[in-house]
Amino acid sequence: MQPTLSVQNLSIEYRARRGQVQAIRNVTFDVQRGEAMALIGESGSGKTTLGLGVVRLLPSAATISQGSLVYRRFADGSGSPAREIDVLKLKTNQLREFRWQECAMVFQSALNALNPVLRISEQFADTARAHNYLRGRELEERCQHLLRLVRLDPERVWKSFPHELSGGMRQRVLIALSLLLEPQLLILDEPTTALDILTQRNIMDVLKELRTQLDFALIFISHDLSLAAELADRVATVYAGKIVEIADVETIFMAQTHPYTIGLINAVPTLVGAKEDLTSIPGSPPDLIDLPTGCKFHPRCPLAEARCREYEPELEEVSSGHQVACWNWRTARESIQAFEVE
Amino acid sequence: MNALQEALAGTWRESVKTFRLLSRNKMGLFGFCLVTFIVAMSFIGPLIWPAEASANVADINQGVSARHWLGTDFQGQDNLRKIINGGKDIVMVAFLTGILATCLGVVVGSLSAFIGGNVDSLLMELVNIWLTIPKFPLLAVLATVIKLSDPVTFSILMAALDWPSLARQVRSQVLSLKRRDYIEAATMLDLGTPHIIYRELLPNMMSFILISMIGIMIFAIYQQTSLVFLGIVPYASANWGVMINAAERRGVLFNPQAMWSILAPMGAIVLFQLGLVSFARSLEEVFNPRLRTSV
Amino acid sequence: MPDSIITLEHVTRTFLVKRSPIKAVDDVSLSIRAGEIVCLVGESGCGKTTTGKMIAGTLPPSSGTIFYGGQDITQLSRDQFKRYRLGVQMIHQDPYASLNPAHTIQDIIAAPLVHHGLTRGEAATRKRVRELLELVDLTPPDDLLDKFPHQLSGGQRQRVSIARVLTVNPSFIVADEAVSMVDVSIRISLLKTLTKLKEQMGLSVLFITHDLALAKYFAWEGRIGVMYLGRMVELAPARQLVESPQHPYTQVLLSAIPEADPQATRRKKHIQLRSMDVPSLLRLPTGCSFHPRCPRFEGESCQQAVPQLVEFSDGSAVACHPVQRERLADRVRR
Repeated sequence: MQPTLSVQNLSIEYRARRGQVQAIRNVTFDVQRGEAMALIGESGSGKTTLGLGVVRLLPSAATISQGSLVYRRFADGSGSPAREIDVLKLKTNQLREFRWQECAMVFQSALNALNPVLRISEQFADTARAHNYLRGRELEERCQHLLRLVRLDPERVWKSFPHELSGGMRQRVLIALSLLLEPQLLILDEPTTALDILTQRNIMDVLKELRTQLDFALIFISHDLSLAAELADRVATVYAGKIVEIADVETIFMAQTHPYTIGLINAVPTLVGAKEDLTSIPGSPPDLIDLPTGCKFHPRCPLAEARCREYEPELEEVSSGHQVACWNWRTARESIQAFEVE
Repeated sequence: MNALQEALAGTWRESVKTFRLLSRNKMGLFGFCLVTFIVAMSFIGPLIWPAEASANVADINQGVSARHWLGTDFQGQDNLRKIINGGKDIVMVAFLTGILATCLGVVVGSLSAFIGGNVDSLLMELVNIWLTIPKFPLLAVLATVIKLSDPVTFSILMAALDWPSLARQVRSQVLSLKRRDYIEAATMLDLGTPHIIYRELLPNMMSFILISMIGIMIFAIYQQTSLVFLGIVPYASANWGVMINAAERRGVLFNPQAMWSILAPMGAIVLFQLGLVSFARSLEEVFNPRLRTSV
Repeated sequence: MPDSIITLEHVTRTFLVKRSPIKAVDDVSLSIRAGEIVCLVGESGCGKTTTGKMIAGTLPPSSGTIFYGGQDITQLSRDQFKRYRLGVQMIHQDPYASLNPAHTIQDIIAAPLVHHGLTRGEAATRKRVRELLELVDLTPPDDLLDKFPHQLSGGQRQRVSIARVLTVNPSFIVADEAVSMVDVSIRISLLKTLTKLKEQMGLSVLFITHDLALAKYFAWEGRIGVMYLGRMVELAPARQLVESPQHPYTQVLLSAIPEADPQATRRKKHIQLRSMDVPSLLRLPTGCSFHPRCPRFEGESCQQAVPQLVEFSDGSAVACHPVQRERLADRVRR
């Protein structure tokens, strides 16, 4: 079956005072229908740019220098796409339709994304009106259904202003709002950052439930590995604008082969078990304007050798569904473990 | 090297470094040069080209020529010479007022914000009352009793009227900066109030203060030239403001030949202000390291 | 108490929010020994940051006493107070706001050295600044001395903050979410630096965080205190707290945290709360403030009596009526 989203050779650059920021460099990946894909990366990885690129909400200083973005909408029950949209070729009006009807995005720090002077009911009505969706009684019923799906009490929330709701509630309202027009692709940027533990748990449970009830693919962008472990079907680690490893969630956590992924997983403490030996990755992420030669991770990689400094590896297949961009992936796990024992 | 030589050498190094930073911004360098030029011209110029003593009836109201680069005025005196001699008062008043008002405003504003409590409330009430005083009419009235043609007196008076609004602005800046983590850290390291105000807070407000100061200077120039133009402040010697006043009175507006008598002093004032504003731009870079594009 | 560096006794801090008083910290008692690590964990609004600020001296308690080295800090002489001020230092959360953007790294670290006369002469100061930068693993230090904060990464800035507090030879450091705004891959190395310094210099550390997994890692040899709506609900050695939490709130928290292990996290049983409403500090529930949501809610006693923090023989302390009743025999008599 064809994927809901196909990203091919996508590159996005920004013009900055000091030079060109290569935020996303030649990225290729697919998101299948109903799949949850986690894009994991740290500051300066370019992951947010990628998310914005998919909905084409990049700032004016950014250009998509190459690549294609294809979105496919599936009708209920059928295997082949009802519509195929080349996102990069959309014009203004079509783009507006695409955004929110096909693909919706919930931004980072979305707690402030709601208009403070409008009641929740009005926010929903605004959006519906802008897209010529349902109105009046029908709209209200649909919205209340969605609010219940995100575990909010419609009585309590419908007539409220945003400041009357807690951070977690606002986040859930936004998720409900994003699903209003039945998109088949939802992008969440750092959905649980800045939320308390119990609120985070609530949001994660809500997202899990929504995925069973509604038909949509989910891309969430985060630095939080545990969120990926909880929600994702597939995980891609992003470093310096490139996907350096992509696999299903079990493989990424248990059998990762890229030194960056290995380093990342070894850097996160877990509650279960005794105190493990955690490590950090030395150094800092590279400057996206002045990238090092060859593999961008080589300055911080314990396995770096001459080839790594000269040539940048592309994604190659390790096994079905598992790809990694590293010259030394075959020996990476053992080498790094041996390295740490020293 | 003894301590004095070390200190002097250090100051020289700092100055050179500062100058290099200033010159990085082309606008700023232009402004700096322009201001320096005008100041030099106004103070050193008269020593070389003193004002003409008497009128030249034959040359009244001439336009631009090889002999009179900026034409002549209603008395036949060379405009260029008058410009050179006419800057001193304006420049002095501008700088004196700027410095006095800024110092007063910064000290009162920052102490008020830092000490807080009743002192703060009291000072701000005073400032608020002061702000309601209409400055220009007051100046006009005072002109009848005080000899405002003396630049020092004039500056002190204007500084006394201008400092409150700066104090208010400085206070709000300090209030917002006070809550920054690095200020709390300095407090915890027991670095003392003077250090915190002068070494932690002030450098972060410098660009704001300097731009305010330049604003005060420009406003002072306007105040001065307006008072002179309206004839409220009589001046014995000719400064640019007097030149504008005199030229207007003599009907320059109806005589295209005599245009330069009014354009020249106006131009001088405009250039001076332009220089100040451009200079402010590069001062921002000196005090805010983040604005420096590459280090 | 002679062993303790900082002791809080029934410390309360009240704020006025729209004319109503709220108790950001409510009757908290805590004693931290020299060289000990204590983590304060809890969700937002629990009072952990306010507690940290009171210990650091930037906020006075509304009631209760804070002791430094056995002495009431309000009764200290000028010299003693200065020693307290310098002896307890804080590292802030935001690496971008904790350093003055107008100063070079050299300026930032040299300022306290020069101000307190800890070094004499420019050469000695520069040398000490280099030493301190090396101590916090910023090598080679010369690369950074003349740089401005905006030219450093978040992790480097936090290290400079640590070096800065070390200038005055503190005996106690309050780290308020000191690694929350730093990249995940760098957090551990920052914590390792802190641990190394703690061991080398005999520092006590109060580490405030909302990340229980991080708290467990950092305070492995120390204690973790869990706060809820201003009160300390559980205080126990880290291992014990994580492996056998006693207070229902701690249990709920631990069960709710996702793990970086897909099997573990998806199999984890989440303890359900009785209610999803988060109470506000303006309208605290009566009795035990957790009772409306508590899965172990028992009825009257929970609704009417505020549970006190009671110590047990295994070193743990819990503020919960059912737990205290069950473990009556283990109570430590004071």
